[in-house]
Amino acid sequence: MSEPLLSVRNLTMRFGGLTAVDDVSFDADQGAITAVIGPNGAGKTTLFNCLTGFYRPSSGALHLQAAGHVHRLERMQGHRIARRARVARTFQNIRLFPGMTALENLLIAQHNDLMRASGFTFLGIFGWPGYRRAEAAAVEKARYWLARMGMEERGDDLAGQLPYGAQRRLEIARAMCTEPVLLCLDEPAAGLNPRESAELNQILLLIRREHGCGILLIEHDMSVVMGISDRVVVLEYGRKIAEGTPAEVSRDPNVIRAYLGEEESAA
Amino acid sequence: MTVPAMLRDAGLAALVALALALPVVGIRTVDTGAVLGLDYRFGWVAIAVGIVFGGRLTALLLYDRLPRGPRRIRTKGLAGRSRTLVRYAAVAFIVFAAALPQLPFSDRYVVDTATQVLIYVMLGWGLNVVVGLAGLLDLGYVAFYAVGAYSYALLAKNFGLSFWECLPLAGAFAAFFGILLGFPVLRLRGDYLAIVTLGFGEMIRILLINWTTLTGGPNGLTSIPRPDFFGLAFTRSPAAGETAFHEFFGLAFSTQHRITFLYYLILILALVTGWAVERMRRLPVGRAWEALREDEIACQSLGINRTTTKLTAFAIGASFGGFAGSFFATRQGFISPESFTFIESATILAIVVLGGMGSQVGVVLAATVLVLLPEVFRDLAHYRMMVFGLAMVLIMVWRPTGFVTQRTPTVRLSDFTPDPGAAR
Repeated sequence: MSEPLLSVRNLTMRFGGLTAVDDVSFDADQGAITAVIGPNGAGKTTLFNCLTGFYRPSSGALHLQAAGHVHRLERMQGHRIARRARVARTFQNIRLFPGMTALENLLIAQHNDLMRASGFTFLGIFGWPGYRRAEAAAVEKARYWLARMGMEERGDDLAGQLPYGAQRRLEIARAMCTEPVLLCLDEPAAGLNPRESAELNQILLLIRREHGCGILLIEHDMSVVMGISDRVVVLEYGRKIAEGTPAEVSRDPNVIRAYLGEEESAA
Repeated sequence: MTVPAMLRDAGLAALVALALALPVVGIRTVDTGAVLGLDYRFGWVAIAVGIVFGGRLTALLLYDRLPRGPRRIRTKGLAGRSRTLVRYAAVAFIVFAAALPQLPFSDRYVVDTATQVLIYVMLGWGLNVVVGLAGLLDLGYVAFYAVGAYSYALLAKNFGLSFWECLPLAGAFAAFFGILLGFPVLRLRGDYLAIVTLGFGEMIRILLINWTTLTGGPNGLTSIPRPDFFGLAFTRSPAAGETAFHEFFGLAFSTQHRITFLYYLILILALVTGWAVERMRRLPVGRAWEALREDEIACQSLGINRTTTKLTAFAIGASFGGFAGSFFATRQGFISPESFTFIESATILAIVVLGGMGSQVGVVLAATVLVLLPEVFRDLAHYRMMVFGLAMVLIMVWRPTGFVTQRTPTVRLSDFTPDPGAAR
């Protein structure tokens, strides 16, 4: 592995007097699963929002290395990060298009390609054959991801009426339909039962193996974090307090203190 | 509910009725020659209040006897059949609409009313793009209607352009104004957006009133060129060197010809609008509009440019309003700012909401109801708006989310056969 896929350098995000992310630096490798953990309010989601263009960082650099090109995410406009740098994300509270079907959700993820194929609507409106082919290919890609998520039968169901676990999986499928080089998952296991979390692990391992995209993961569920992560970054109060393999991090005294509290010296 | 509680409830209803009936029914202005006098009819008020009290009490007593249970809400079931059903209904509607002027009962009044319905259908379909699909509440839609009407009137009068030359220009001007409105409101949603669009609609109207040199101010524009049938004018005695419609076809002159022609013109315009909007809904641009309505943040995370998506919705919705405005101007032959007041925007929005947000079929139903109801109750004179209001309330009680609530998915997995070779 020569260059890291994503390198975060001295990232700082301030909201008025509050510093949510304070001088954080770490790397995420190509084809690796990097977990970001930390207690509530540690700045994990803020970090994600900076990465995916929802916030503009106060200072620091975010470099994404893809296809021999360096994208400077901290300078890019929101939707361009997904479109050009190919960073996809899911949300802590699921953000599907609830009134549309699962299949439509997956097609919207392929919007920019389809838009071009439809000649920016001018050709598509007259049923141009090139657009029909592109649409069929897009549906085929959606079908592939539905099958991967074990929900091929539910493609025509409204996304909002799917069971909770299926909604989580559909959101990941939707992110994957944008063909990302970096997939950012914000607590994908939240609200899942142990069996569903185990399935999620398999899905994430499969995505890494077969699609070679890097995964950045915020998670509280330690069975997910410890089971599949290649690297773990630990944040507390906006600062990075530890980084390493899951085994290293779980032994780190700083991490234990952050999660379990200070041991009383003269107990 | 106990009997005293029912009595209290009915009493409350009667009190509301009293407050409404006292000024509306109780006091009437009468012309006493020199001055306007007042005529009091308190007996009528008492009757109205009595009816409301008795009716409410009866309704409560009856309701109490009804079997209770969770109300069934139908969510699915029609999905497969509804598609063919909608298709048949659409074909039946088009056949009926095309045959209407030839039907035995149709006269000038019927065709005129049908033309009015079709104008509102077209406006409803246009506004549906903005409100129903993209979820942007627009209370100033009449502004684009006005822009289209004045564009046609001014271009035709000052430059002698024909209707068909003016139509795309009017659409383009309206779309331009749509984008002009779109830019400042990109960040707004819901109530705030509604207020700004309301203001925009008023701005256009006030501009039309005050820019007297161009628009004629409150007097409006008169003698706007009427449309011709491929160069054949609908006049009894055409200008020298021109041929009139009835001469060319060897018919006796009738004013009905022009009215029928205008009817078919708006029918074609409306059908093209409906076709275009339905096609766009199934294209990436339409899906992006709907996605924007559902969740803007998610759209951005998928690389969809919210700015251009919103602006296209405003521009396309506005251009259909502009087309309809051109037709309005050529039909009336006279336009003034009076025709483009807020009540028009409200009516068009009511059509979209009453039809069921985003539903094409719903717009047709709602436009028909909204235009026909006041016509049907014309005999009730000034009580007809009261009946109209009552009908609206009843419709909203019966169907709170509009006539057609079922959304047809833009694409179905079952329509595409799986191709094992294509999977990556």
